[in-house]
Amino acid sequence: MTDGISRFVYATYIRTTPAKLWAALTTAEFIKQYWFGMNLESDWKVGSPWKMVSADGLVTDEGEVAECDPPRRLALRWRHKWKPELAADGEAFCAMELEPVEGAVKLTITHSFARRDSKLIEAVSGGWPRILSNLKSLLETGEIVLKSKPGG
Amino acid sequence: MSMDAVFRALADPVRRRLLDRLHALNGQTLSELCEGLDMTRQAVTKHLAILEAANLVASQKRGREKLHFINPVPINDIAERWIGKFDAPRLAALAALKRKLEEGKGHD
Repeated sequence: MTDGISRFVYATYIRTTPAKLWAALTTAEFIKQYWFGMNLESDWKVGSPWKMVSADGLVTDEGEVAECDPPRRLALRWRHKWKPELAADGEAFCAMELEPVEGAVKLTITHSFARRDSKLIEAVSGGWPRILSNLKSLLETGEIVLKSKPGG
Repeated sequence: MSMDAVFRALADPVRRRLLDRLHALNGQTLSELCEGLDMTRQAVTKHLAILEAANLVASQKRGREKLHFINPVPINDIAERWIGKFDAPRLAALAALKRKLEEGKGHD
């Protein structure tokens, strides 16, 4: 890619409705269930802050809501706070798009980083597939696959 | 998304090679992916379409170009269904051992 940023795309099909998926992405109580106990807090208005807080009260990530168009598109400016070596990578951008397709919803997460050699990329790319597998399973069966982060 | 489609898409060395290339450098155009492959553009397009239909590749438009991204989610679903149930750390140790012993050999 030649536009100087590095982008990662994660896509999954979930047998649910856009409204239910939107609620799953923006309701703290629901998020906690598939995001390994993390609390994602925001009022989801454009320009409002959001933060991710671990079960023991640590703010690991934060940023602002860049776009909010329910139930189609949610975009966040994203800064990592917890590990200094990852925080040094600066701001990332994360867009979540919901698209209805025959009895299911295609959820596409695009995470963009200003640096190609970003360490945050490695941390995030290991996380999203597990989070999405959990989210899919929770919406389709009511149960999650993984209760904790493998190896963590 | 059918898991049959994922396994069928993975059951081809050219398609696995395309995924390896996207893993090494994500977000490539068709022309970039064709470089160094002894295949016609049409053949690569066809393989990419199969990978995309299986949701192993996601594409996004940038201007007139189409960029291809590896989508690890279906592979992760497979891993969680069959591997997560077993002892993942020990399997990782075995995989590391195999890699070390076989270093330098191809991985198809």
